[in-house]
Amino acid sequence: MSPRRTNAPGRVDRARSIRFSFDGKIFAGHPGDTLASALMANGVTLFGRSFKYHRPRGVLTAGVDEPNALVTLIRGDVREPNLPATQVEIYEGLEAVSQNRFPSLSFDVGAVNQLGGKLLGAGFYYKTFMGPVIGPLKGTRFWMFCEHFIRRAAGLGRAGTAKDTARYERMNAFCDVLVVGSGPAGLKAAREAAGDGGRVILLEMDPLFGGSARWSGGRIEGTDAAHWVEETVSGLRELPNVRLLSRTAAWGYYDGNTIAATERVADHKREAAKGEPRQRHWVIRAKKVVLATGAFERPIVFAGNDRPGVMLASAAARYASDFSVLPGERIAVFANNDSAYANAALLREAGATIVAIVDMRAAISEDARRLASECGGELLTGHAVVATEGGKGLTGFKVQKFDAATGSLTGDPRVISADLLAVSGGWSPAIHLASQAGAGKAEWDATLQAFLPPKPAQDWTAVGTAAGDFSGGHGLDVAPAPVFEIRAGGKAFVDFQHDVTADDVRLAHREGFVSVEHLKRYTTLGMATDQGKTSNVPGLAIMAEALGKPIPEVGTTRFRAPFSPVSIGAIGAERIGDLRPDRLTPMHDWHVGQGAKMYPAGLWHRPAIYGAPGETVEQAYIRETKATRSAAGIVDVSTLGKIMVQGPDAAEFLDRVYTNLFSTLPINKARYGLMLREDGFAYDDGTTWRLAEHDFLMTTTTANAGKVMQNLEYFLDVYWPDMKVTLTSVTDEWAGASIAGPRARDILASVVAGTAVDNETLPFMGIVRGEVAGVPVMICRLSFSGELAYEVYSGAGHGQQVWDALIEAGQPFGLVPYGLEALGTMRIEKGHVTGAEIDGRTTARDLYLDWMLSKKKPFVGSAMMDREGLVDENRIRLVGLVSLDGRPLNGGAHLVEHNDPTALRDSIGHITAVCFSPSLGKYIGLALVKGGKKRHGTRAYVSDPLRGRFGPVEIVSHHMFDPEGKRMHG
Amino acid sequence: MAEYSVFSLLRNAFSAQPDWKPAWRKPDPKPEYDVVIVGGGGHGLSTAYYLAKEHGITNVAVVERGWLGQGNIGRNTTMIRSNYLLPQNQHFYEHSVKLWENLSHDLNYNVMFSQRGCLNLANSPSQLDDFARRGNAMRHVGIDAELMSVEQIKAFLPALDINFGGRFPVYGGLMQRRAGTARHDAVAWGYARGADRRGVDMLENCEVTGFLRDGDRIVGVRTTRGEIRAKKVAVAVAGHTGQLMKMAGINRLPIESHVLQAFVSEGLKPFMDTVVTFGAGHLYVTQSDKGGMVFGGDIDGYNTYAQRGNLPIVEDVMSELAAMFPGLARVRLLRSWGGIMDMSMDGSPIITTGPLPGMYLNTGWCYGGFKATPASGWCFAWTIARDEPHPYNAAFTLDRFHRGLVIDEKGQGSTPRLH
Amino acid sequence: MLITCPYCGPRDLAEFTYQGDANRARPDPASTDQAAWNVYTYDRVNTLGDHAEYWQHSGGCRAHLKMVRSTLTHAISSVEFVRPHPGHKPSSRRKPGAAP
Repeated sequence: MSPRRTNAPGRVDRARSIRFSFDGKIFAGHPGDTLASALMANGVTLFGRSFKYHRPRGVLTAGVDEPNALVTLIRGDVREPNLPATQVEIYEGLEAVSQNRFPSLSFDVGAVNQLGGKLLGAGFYYKTFMGPVIGPLKGTRFWMFCEHFIRRAAGLGRAGTAKDTARYERMNAFCDVLVVGSGPAGLKAAREAAGDGGRVILLEMDPLFGGSARWSGGRIEGTDAAHWVEETVSGLRELPNVRLLSRTAAWGYYDGNTIAATERVADHKREAAKGEPRQRHWVIRAKKVVLATGAFERPIVFAGNDRPGVMLASAAARYASDFSVLPGERIAVFANNDSAYANAALLREAGATIVAIVDMRAAISEDARRLASECGGELLTGHAVVATEGGKGLTGFKVQKFDAATGSLTGDPRVISADLLAVSGGWSPAIHLASQAGAGKAEWDATLQAFLPPKPAQDWTAVGTAAGDFSGGHGLDVAPAPVFEIRAGGKAFVDFQHDVTADDVRLAHREGFVSVEHLKRYTTLGMATDQGKTSNVPGLAIMAEALGKPIPEVGTTRFRAPFSPVSIGAIGAERIGDLRPDRLTPMHDWHVGQGAKMYPAGLWHRPAIYGAPGETVEQAYIRETKATRSAAGIVDVSTLGKIMVQGPDAAEFLDRVYTNLFSTLPINKARYGLMLREDGFAYDDGTTWRLAEHDFLMTTTTANAGKVMQNLEYFLDVYWPDMKVTLTSVTDEWAGASIAGPRARDILASVVAGTAVDNETLPFMGIVRGEVAGVPVMICRLSFSGELAYEVYSGAGHGQQVWDALIEAGQPFGLVPYGLEALGTMRIEKGHVTGAEIDGRTTARDLYLDWMLSKKKPFVGSAMMDREGLVDENRIRLVGLVSLDGRPLNGGAHLVEHNDPTALRDSIGHITAVCFSPSLGKYIGLALVKGGKKRHGTRAYVSDPLRGRFGPVEIVSHHMFDPEGKRMHG
Repeated sequence: MAEYSVFSLLRNAFSAQPDWKPAWRKPDPKPEYDVVIVGGGGHGLSTAYYLAKEHGITNVAVVERGWLGQGNIGRNTTMIRSNYLLPQNQHFYEHSVKLWENLSHDLNYNVMFSQRGCLNLANSPSQLDDFARRGNAMRHVGIDAELMSVEQIKAFLPALDINFGGRFPVYGGLMQRRAGTARHDAVAWGYARGADRRGVDMLENCEVTGFLRDGDRIVGVRTTRGEIRAKKVAVAVAGHTGQLMKMAGINRLPIESHVLQAFVSEGLKPFMDTVVTFGAGHLYVTQSDKGGMVFGGDIDGYNTYAQRGNLPIVEDVMSELAAMFPGLARVRLLRSWGGIMDMSMDGSPIITTGPLPGMYLNTGWCYGGFKATPASGWCFAWTIARDEPHPYNAAFTLDRFHRGLVIDEKGQGSTPRLH
Repeated sequence: MLITCPYCGPRDLAEFTYQGDANRARPDPASTDQAAWNVYTYDRVNTLGDHAEYWQHSGGCRAHLKMVRSTLTHAISSVEFVRPHPGHKPSSRRKPGAAP
């Protein structure tokens, strides 16, 4: 095989040259070339190695269905593996390497696998590598030893680990009619839809619109087809209601007529233009979809059909007519239908010698006979190719007399010398998107020997060859002889990339893997990167023959997205570098400026500590805690969920959703509330403030803010639609600062205007309004730390201003900012619960919050909270812990009764939160243990094998510091 | 039937593979069996195998609507682990891992269980505490677990972006080394072949259309291949339990059917050799022996029986994968598919006698059914044979929901889409 | 999947949160019928075919919608507000497929 560039007209712009490299060698091509066409123009015929046997492979197709010619593109550190060379447009400096070969493409030691070909048949792995039943390699060890080498041999290209520097973009689009495919049928559909005035989007995978009509000759609507395409496309371009997208492959058909497509915006360029993404992920919602997706030509299964130089007839013709590359000089054709004759004519027109046309049919149409005689060369009807010859490229093939009805071969084989064998085994409509769209099964057409689209389950129609209508184009009859395989011995490939042979299909049959899904799974037929575009129907046909059943009774597989492989980056688009929103409080920059170490808390970022230079985390939180308990501390509480509950029925609503009563709460007072889930388990807690008769401000935990809001809305909308209540999330509207400590009141008194903050004006759980630094604020006296404490809320936009004023006012009193670690320390000392204890599996009783379960009213969860599983004696319940060996405890450590570090058994519970308590001078923690309170005063052992910690603890009440609450009431 | 070994492979390779017979027979239904198992998926097939092997009950039929293994056994991401928090799940799944460890030998069929480990990444300090709690819980019942530091994780998974683009830094991880992956289809075929060799009938293309009743008692099934009587009828039809049970007059169950999508990329040379999960979102990923990255995320989150998902989850999962392994942004998604999950109300399964006399029920696997395949069949077989559960599945009752004895690994209550 | 919110018009699935089976009857809050509460909380009809269910337009107007949607084809046959909105007329300006 010696392909070469011709002077035929086509898409390639010979006036300009492009330099690129393949396996380190520099080549030249032209704009318009694919990597496949450019390499062929340079005489390259060997493109890749197959998956299993590492057989040399050339180019089989000219498009998305290519199974053989896969390459990896390299841009700096970034690698893009497994691209069909038939789809890669070359650009200046393109660097491509071949795959799955060592040390080189032409000499690949992996080809030794061919010797074991029969051993490596379908199902091979299932039957061996199990290893010895006893001894050091028992269990999974022998298999894993073997697997290590198998994994290295498997796979195709190598992925990079470097970050992909490209940008991806997501685009939503809406239209009345979406046309997929721009062949004549698609162009006509677009023209018609545009004429109706609707918004039309036309998608084309190729860089150029028009499909094969651009290069295959023929006439459309009375004019030259290529000209017709040009006219029609430019006509569409002028219409304001039509959007044409080339290099855009529709790959997914989802519900609601939603089509996912990927546009290759800059893949064909050396550099993307400024602001241009590499690829664009289109999500298109169309009222109607027209599927003009065309059809794929099928190969024929015969011995040696994978040798470089065996190519689909339509692909060979396209290289000659569209890419100006003659894929061979002495070309033979092997076909079971008339379409190949038109392609032979195109090849001859481009300058090739047609040495023979081998047709397995005894009788052919007049049209075919005429074309054959125009082509010259031998016409061998009633013949079949039985073998190919050559090394890594075709030099000739053998033919024998063939009876298409019986499949029998007679007479002596004859050798015909040729450097390209153009094959056509019939056509399969591209029904992939139609199949994805919904429920129906593809329908078998016996004339075409192909599956047609199913009945539409969504609003689409199929047109042109995608619908099985081949009347356009060259006008030849594409109905093939129903022959998919020539059985003459030797390896005859069905799935080229995965090296599935016809014998593998028959072995699957012999072993009972006869349903189409079993066939696929057992042999891996159709599972390669080309997704069986060339192999599905031949594979099914061979199985059908083995079963003695018609093809449709064997079944067809349903196609799943994507139609052809899509970059993971493109689908992830902008979200890759921006996985979730960052939620930042108004004082965020201040925290960072103060050197705070930030922790993620859900979507929020919160200060963990404000470390001084040289301080450890523990030193920092101890310092912050001590300062707060001895003077004052300030913490940013803006992240708490905040929900306005308003309306005449607001109090009643709260009574229903909280376990305790809120209707009795006086105006300008706050109350701590607990919510249960419907199933009776604890859900969330927080304080709710009554701002006016019908106005409540509910706070939730930071983590549950969104869920609680949604839950409340659900109850209001679905179950209590008559209640006059509105809910508004105001989390982001308010900035919150909590000032705690013995000097907190003094600080506030020095900075708050418009109200007193003394005990009488602002008692525990009281609310006042005033001003700080000229900013209106709302102050509620409540305490999480156990200290005298106040939450100061202001409009979020003024949060920093208020914060600054509080910090400044606090200076003389020793006010320090504190973070989550100190916050946690103080709440642990007090025995207050958070998400570590309200973990979705604990009950109010487990947490000794049963005093909050009102008996005066039903509430969400009240009917379910007394079921046997929720009141079991053996449940784990909240306790405090004190480390008895003076060493720190770890969150997530377990507790046991026995003093044996090696006996890992009989956990009685686990630690939920730990700290060093500056107030008690000890390492303490909270835990959930079986029996809870009953264990107060007893000893247990912390058992933490994950971190190698074992030691004694005393179980105590979770109220470890100031249990009477004197400090906060002071 | 030929024993599978490297010797039988060689012999057949050089003699046109004459010994290879169907992996299982294709018999016609008998009029009556001791046990009819409805559902020829992984759990139904393993149940049949262990009924025969462990309990000597071989007059058994597996009744399958389509082809064996057409359900979730062939639609999952092949991950196997026993890294559970709650003791009821721990004991059960650990028993499963132990069965997995010897399964290829037991079945004389290589199911390719590769113990390459499962690493849960913690993306916040509190999540690391949660993982420590779970890991320590595992260690206290004899399951392997270890915490990995950020440095260890970096060395173990060089391709990982340890900061997830700066948004979700990794704080550590929980590793179970004995976890891993297996070849999913091979599990179905291995069990089918193993059960068949012990005399169990595989009845494919045999759809159940109703139950035969004697008063309250279930005494057989009506199928598209005729009526089949049975002393015991066991139901293991993940995804379609609700529909089947309606035929028996049970109209409500603590089950919702949801679709879970799974994804595979094009084949790559070895990229990573473990299972890894992302803590701040929902993503789990591994690499198959053929080289494809196999991964999945959340269920779509609404009731469905269609084996097709929607685009928002696809976009979520791809963005998380590319954030985890930035080099994979340029790798291409090859295939996606969907499986129908029986989502239970607490995220844990049901393996029980009843709910009608003569009936046995196996359901509620959410998206954890694949790893459970051996233990599920083993326990279900025990339950069927002895009319009482084994201690491993004693907690997996149908009445636990009403009684409040829920097994809620995720602490999400009765909202299936959150489990 | 596209859901046509009565307020906002047709919007993508991604804007909505599934709020579950609408075939459940929540007992009267004061009811002490434990069995009824149990069935409400845990037991589902899990319909094959047209399924009545709740969705919230959580990424939009936040209204809860009651829909009938096929669990076989995902085709939506009706969408309405769960909580009556007196005086609200579905917008005629927003047609399915129209730009938002």
